[in-house]
Order: sequence, then structure tokens, then C-alpha cells
Amino acid sequence: MQAKVTITVNGNVYERTVEPRTLLVYFLREELGLTGTHIGCDTSSCGTCTVHLDGKALKSCTMLAVQADGCQLTTIEGMASNGELHPLQAGFHEEHGLQCGFCTPGMIMVAADLLSHNPTPTEHEIREALEGNYCRCTGYHNIVRSIQNAAQRMQEAVSA
Amino acid sequence: MTLIGTSVKRVEDKRFLTGKGRYTDDIKLPGMTYVCFVRSPHAHAEIKSVDISKAGNMPGVVKIYTGADLTEVNGVPTGWQVNFKNGDTMREPKHPLLVANKARHVGDAVAMVIAETYAQAKDAAEMVFVDYNPIPAVTNPQQAAKADAPKVHDEFADNLVFDWALGNDKAEVDRAIENSHHVTSLEFINQRLVPNAIEPRSAIGHYEEQIDKYTLYTSTQNPHLTRLLLCAFVLGIPEHKVRVVGPDVGGGFGSKIFHYTEEALVTWASHQLKRPVKWTAERRESFLTDAHGRDHVTKAELGLDAEGNFTALRVKTYANMGAYLSTFAPAVPTYLHGTLLQGLYTTPLIHVEVDAVFTHTNAVDAYRGAGRPEATYLLERLVDTAALEMDIDPAELRFKNFIEAFDGVEQAGYQTQVALQYDSGNYHPVLQKALEMVGYEEFRNEQAIQSNGKLLGIGFSTYIEACGIAPSAVVGALGARAGLFESAQVRVQPTGKVSVYSGSHSHGQGHETTFAQIVADRFGIPIEDVDIVHGDSDAVAFGMGTYGSRSLAVGGSAIVRSMDKIIEKGTKIAAHLLEANPDDLEFANGKWTVKGTDKSVGFGDVSLTAYVPHNYPEGLEPGLDFSSFYDPANFTYPFGAHIAIVEIDKETGKVTLKRFIAVDDVGNVINPMIVDGQIHGGLAQGIGQALHEGTIYSEDGQLINGTYLDYVMPRADDLPSFEIDRTVTPCPHNPLGVKGAGEAGCIGSTPAVVNAVMDALKSYGIHDIEMPVTSEKVWNIINANS
Repeated sequence: MQAKVTITVNGNVYERTVEPRTLLVYFLREELGLTGTHIGCDTSSCGTCTVHLDGKALKSCTMLAVQADGCQLTTIEGMASNGELHPLQAGFHEEHGLQCGFCTPGMIMVAADLLSHNPTPTEHEIREALEGNYCRCTGYHNIVRSIQNAAQRMQEAVSA
Repeated sequence: MTLIGTSVKRVEDKRFLTGKGRYTDDIKLPGMTYVCFVRSPHAHAEIKSVDISKAGNMPGVVKIYTGADLTEVNGVPTGWQVNFKNGDTMREPKHPLLVANKARHVGDAVAMVIAETYAQAKDAAEMVFVDYNPIPAVTNPQQAAKADAPKVHDEFADNLVFDWALGNDKAEVDRAIENSHHVTSLEFINQRLVPNAIEPRSAIGHYEEQIDKYTLYTSTQNPHLTRLLLCAFVLGIPEHKVRVVGPDVGGGFGSKIFHYTEEALVTWASHQLKRPVKWTAERRESFLTDAHGRDHVTKAELGLDAEGNFTALRVKTYANMGAYLSTFAPAVPTYLHGTLLQGLYTTPLIHVEVDAVFTHTNAVDAYRGAGRPEATYLLERLVDTAALEMDIDPAELRFKNFIEAFDGVEQAGYQTQVALQYDSGNYHPVLQKALEMVGYEEFRNEQAIQSNGKLLGIGFSTYIEACGIAPSAVVGALGARAGLFESAQVRVQPTGKVSVYSGSHSHGQGHETTFAQIVADRFGIPIEDVDIVHGDSDAVAFGMGTYGSRSLAVGGSAIVRSMDKIIEKGTKIAAHLLEANPDDLEFANGKWTVKGTDKSVGFGDVSLTAYVPHNYPEGLEPGLDFSSFYDPANFTYPFGAHIAIVEIDKETGKVTLKRFIAVDDVGNVINPMIVDGQIHGGLAQGIGQALHEGTIYSEDGQLINGTYLDYVMPRADDLPSFEIDRTVTPCPHNPLGVKGAGEAGCIGSTPAVVNAVMDALKSYGIHDIEMPVTSEKVWNIINANS
């Protein structure tokens, strides 16, 4: 059995026929070739597959592609615009918030969700927001700094 | 401007930040097939039959292989031989790519199902019927060492892999312990950990018949060694016909050093099928098959005189090797553990015995720190416990026993009782600095008046590690079957741009930045003009990979050697262009200048001349391209002082890590930002062992906590921001003066945290607490005694 889905990803409309059991993360990686969204576990625990669904952070391994039919998705590939890095991408670069880079897309997507509803989070709020995402390289120290850096950039952009 | 010591932002970041990293599982080749393994659900079982008839007819199935198809194929080898004390050869069973008759741990691969899609392979794997006859298993190394334990390998008399000892005369150490004023004794388990790189392992075999060439893409820290082992020991295919690529790799922490069965299988199968064959682990497979770390059962005793001077150390360890010997496994509990038991102390007599044993568990091998965390844990737990028992301040006890400073140049290196000679060290300042950072006196005052239902504790750890692995002749004498040098080729292009081909492999360490800094600084060119190529055996001449905090100390030194050769040849070309004597030239800031004049020629002009040699020194070869192989003279010995402060909630037993102070000395620092990042990550993993992590095996050998739902690693809200600083004691024997920073955090932090918990609980009269220190364990201690 196959199902037809129409999903908008990073502003592009994709029509595909998928097996109903296809997870959204496999759809993104295998069907669309958007391999910036990673798979790090099989229990929805690591957060490397985090994307935005209609503006909210979501672990794309917890959803079937057919459930995303008609939805708007943003993945890490859609964060930079016109060749300019998103403030979070710039912040992670500035504060060395990544090492191997594997958890990074998920971290950036979850942080973007946080900053969208809490533009000036405390360190404690940042750490709580990240608790669904594993990083094994950084000890989170510089990820926290990176998000603080991005929050600052976004505040400055608003007031400028 | 000098680039050495500058926090240059990483040049590799952009691809990762924009989702354009290229990890093995991101690679899709035309005609690719997908693998799902059928793995044993039993820790120990006879395999009576494997029925693939139904599975073979499932949609999309291309081929199913079982152990019977591979009986003529070798297993994966181990790279280190440690013999018995009596000289008998280490026991080294075959580690088959697929098991045919017997499964020896949960996860042992029984069949390899290959299909057009991964979903189809997984469906078909469900339909492979294996008739198992489960038999009793053993998972604890001390139990496994007993004569009546279930045997892992029938061909051997018992489960011992080897027994091993190091240090001073045993009888002398025994006597010294017996005659000591005080003996502190601890028995504990250094629990088994799962490295858990967030990128699961992945491998793609791609045999191209038309050119008779294999490519293996694999998530490895070590592409060249993988190629050597794969070709020469497993498949018997010519090495020049095989290219191994380790593309972007999502963390390793040791677990991706080793040559794994799956890498050999996809390579072999792609030749059989003439199609690319891809396997990517699911996380549950990573838990069952990525080499694990630690797993020692240890008894350790420290003798002290009445003043608190250490008189002798005696250690007995049972080290769990798992069911098979992984690539570096025999070296970890021996030459990376026993040799570190001098610590930072003048202990005059040391003896260590290690029994390495087989059990019905997944293989254990090097995990971040590898042997050195186990050594540091036992030493530093002993020191804090001795301080408590003798009522001496734990910092004072350390100062009293520290080896005095030596720089390895004016003063000789420090000869330990356990084979190694430390290169340079200055131990008092790291602890002094850490004490100042923590505000030790104020803390003790605060601790004394704490009365809000919370218990405060402070714990110390002053550690040493052996990094920059390793001098080939030394490790060869100790049983290594490979050299541990590193190679680097520096190619100056005609336009003066520079490509560096390094045998080190970056999987988060930032080599593309740090190495480029060294090159740009030396040649006086912009860092943008330097490209670092690594991870491809066809591009890079040779390499021994990245582990043991070796990349900068060994791989970086190889780059320096090649740059020396470039400058030397460039000087001849420049002298010719300047019509000067080469001895009269000096090279600085990207140009050769005739000393005392303003006559000079730039790096770019000399580069171009080397490739357009019209006006050129007679007899000199064109080109500006040199390779070097750097074999270090010694290990390097980073050290440091870590202090943890914990708060325990008496109601719940919850341990909160309030502060963590780390002062590390990793020698000279090229990029402070990157070094700090390495320290942070190491600290988190070491703290993870102390408070969160550890495998749990059932009696019959099931890994009970084999998913992220029940194996707990530190999350962002489990950790504080770290307070770190450093001192700098340069390495005297490599050209960069660097020592290595990758493992320091992980080696020093674990005992500091446990010592802090013990300090907080000191009024409860306990002697030790088992890691990981969970709320439940602490609650039970508090409530058992109140």
C-alpha cells in the first residue's frame, strides 16, 4: 500500500508517494535527500532529528510522513537565508557550540523554537529547553553560550 | 600576527551548521543495497539451525548470508598481544564475521540480510528463523575467572585471556603494605560504559568490478589501520585495491578506532553481489556491538606512614574483555592502566596485577581515556579516602606526596615504578590554582554551617595521563602489532596555496582549524590559503588515526617536519632568486630576506618558481611537496587538578553537581577555544560515569539498559557551566611542545565527583559508594544510617 503526501519543506512543495509506515525523518533523508536531519536513536531520545512543523520543534522520528501531509516543515537546510547564516548558526560558530556536528542541527532547531517564544532565556531555561537533545562532545557548556550569543544577536537585530 | 595560541573560529563549522555535513549514512550510491543483521538474543547459545527459506522469498531481498557462508573467511584480529606472566601466548580466539555454531554475546551476528531497501531488509530479517539452544552465561569478570564458570571459548581451559603484572617486586610491596602505619583499602567496580557517539556506526562497501577496486566508507577514527586490518588479516585482498574513507564522523570517543566485523562484511558482500552494500546501526545495535569501555573489578591498597607519606600501592584488577578481543583491548587494562599508577605521587613501591578474562558480553576496548581513567579513579579514590581516614586535608595530602617539578630539559624526566618516564611536570601549581578558583577555605566554612536539609561535599582529583600515543619501538616491545607514528604530507601548490594531507582523523576535534593554524603561522600565509585533507586512504599516504590524544602531538609534529623540509628547499630556491648564499637568508612572515638587507622574496614567488623552474638552482628537483613520518620519542604526560562540589538533598538522595573546577596542563596550546571545548566534553563524560552511566547485565547476559530510555547520559540540565583554567608545561620532546587534550577531562573528573559525594556523606560512616551514584543509592545510605 502506498500513500500520497504533499509536504512543504523549506518553502518547496514536495509531492511523493510513500509507504504509510515511513517515518518523517526517513522521508526527509531518503526521499528528499535532506540529510542535515540526523538519526541518532530509535527511541525519540536524542533529538538529532528535530525539525520545525508549522513553526514548532518536533522530533521527526516520532511522526509518520503521512501525518505531515499538508504541513509546513523547516529543516536545518532552511535556516540560512540568502547565504546569510541564521543568528543561531552564527552563534554556534562564534562560541564553538559544535564539535562533531552531528547533534548540531537538532540543537539549532530546538533553540530556535525556544527563542521564538522566550527571546531572553536564562541559562537555566536554556538547559531545560535542551533536555530532549543529547550532545556527547561539548558537555553543553558552549551550546549554552551559543544560544545566549544568538539571543543577543536577535535582540540587537530587533532594536536596530 | 601569530596564529599559535589564538582562538581562531573553526573553518569546518559551516557545513555542519547548514546541514551539509557528509556522514557515512548520508552517502547514497547508485544500485545501493541495505543490510539488516539477525543478531543473537542470547548471551550464550548453540546455533542448531538457521532457516532462511521464508526470508529469502520476502520482497526486495537480494541475498542472505549466514555463518556457514563465511567459514573460510578470517575473523577480525586484535592489534595487541599481551602474554601470560609465564610466557604463554595470549589466548586469541577467532572473532568470526558471522557466527555459525555458537553465539557468545547478545548481539553476535548470525545472519546478514541484504535487500533493496532498509525496510525490506528489516522485514526479511524478522523471517529468519534461528534455532538456539541457550546455555548458561557469565558476565562479571571476577566470576568468569573462576574454574567452574561457563566457558566462553571451548578451545581454552578457562576464561583467562592472560594474566599480567607490573611494578616492583611483589614480596617487597607486600611487606611495605604490611609494615605501613596505615593502609587504605578499596574494592570496587569501575563499571562498564557505552561510548555512545551520537552518530551510530555505519559502513558502505562498494566494489567496482570494471576497475577491480573496493571502496569502504565507514564511520571510523582510523581509516588506514582499518584498511590494513581488513586487507591483510580478514579478507586477504590487496591493500592497493582498497580505498577506505572516513568522511565526516559524528563523534568517536574510542568506539570508532576499531576494525569491526560489519566493515569487513559489507566490503566482502559488495564483491559477491557487485553492488554497493550499506549498513547503519540502529541505536540498540550500537549498544550491543560498539566496543564498550572500562569494566574492571578492582582491589586497591595504599600504604601510608604516620605523616601521610605514601609508602606502597598494591592493585589487583579483573578486566572484562567481553567475548572477543577487540583491536586495542589487551592494551587497555595493562599498558594504559598499570603504567599510570604512579599518578602524580612519589610512591616508592607499586605492584599491579591484571587478570583479563572472557565473558559472554560485547567486547570492551578503549573508551575516552582508556585505562587511564580506571587508574586515576582507583588512585584518587584511595587518596581522598586515606585523607578522611587519617584526618588529613585531602589537598594537603596531595601536596605532601607530589613529585617535584621537572621540565625534562634541565631536569631529567621522572622515572616511575611502573615503566614509564614522565616527560615534564609541575604539579603543585595546578592544584594551587584550582583551590584558589574554588575558594577552598570559604567553602569549608560554608559546608560547616550548612543546615537546610542539604549536604555539601567537595572532592579532589589530581591526575596524570599518557598521551601522544606512541613511540613505536616502545609499544612494539609491549606487544603492539603496529607502529604508532603519524604521517603528513605538505604540498605547496604553484600559487602558494597549501594542501596538507594528514593521517590523523578529525571527528569533532577541529583539526581542519588547528592544523591550518600551525601551517599558516609557520609559512606566514592567510589561514584561508591552507586546506587540511584527512580521512581518505587514497588521498593520504598513510596514517594511524586519531585516539589517545595523539593528533596534535604526533600528527601535528609530522606536519612540522614536512614544513621544515619545505622551508629548507624553499631557502635554496629563494637564495637562487636573490643571488645570495642560503646561509644568509632568514624566513619569517611569509618571505625570505637576506639578513641585514631589504632584499626579499615571498612564499608565493618561491612556490611558483618551484613549479616553473626556468630560473632555478642547478641539480634541485622541481616541486615543493614533502612527506614526513613522525615517530614520537616518548608519550606525553598532561596532568591537572579537578575539584567537584556537590549538594545532596537528604529527602530524595538527589546529587546535584553545583560546581566543577578544572585546571589542566596540556602543554602548549594552539587554539584555546578548541582545547577548552575538548576539556568540557571530557568533563561531561567523566561526570556521566560518576553520576549517570553504566551498563546493567542480567544474570543470563542480557543488557538490560540498552537504549537511550534507560541508559542515562548527562543532559544539559544535569551539568553546571564549567570553571576551567590551565597552566602550561611544554612537552620537551616534540616540536610543538604540546601534550594532548582530548581525554584529560574524562580522566580527571570521575573520582573528583565521587570523592565529593563521599565528603558530603562522611557523617554516615560509609567506606565507598558504587558508581553511578544514583539518588536511590544515596537515599539508601542516608536512610539506613538515620
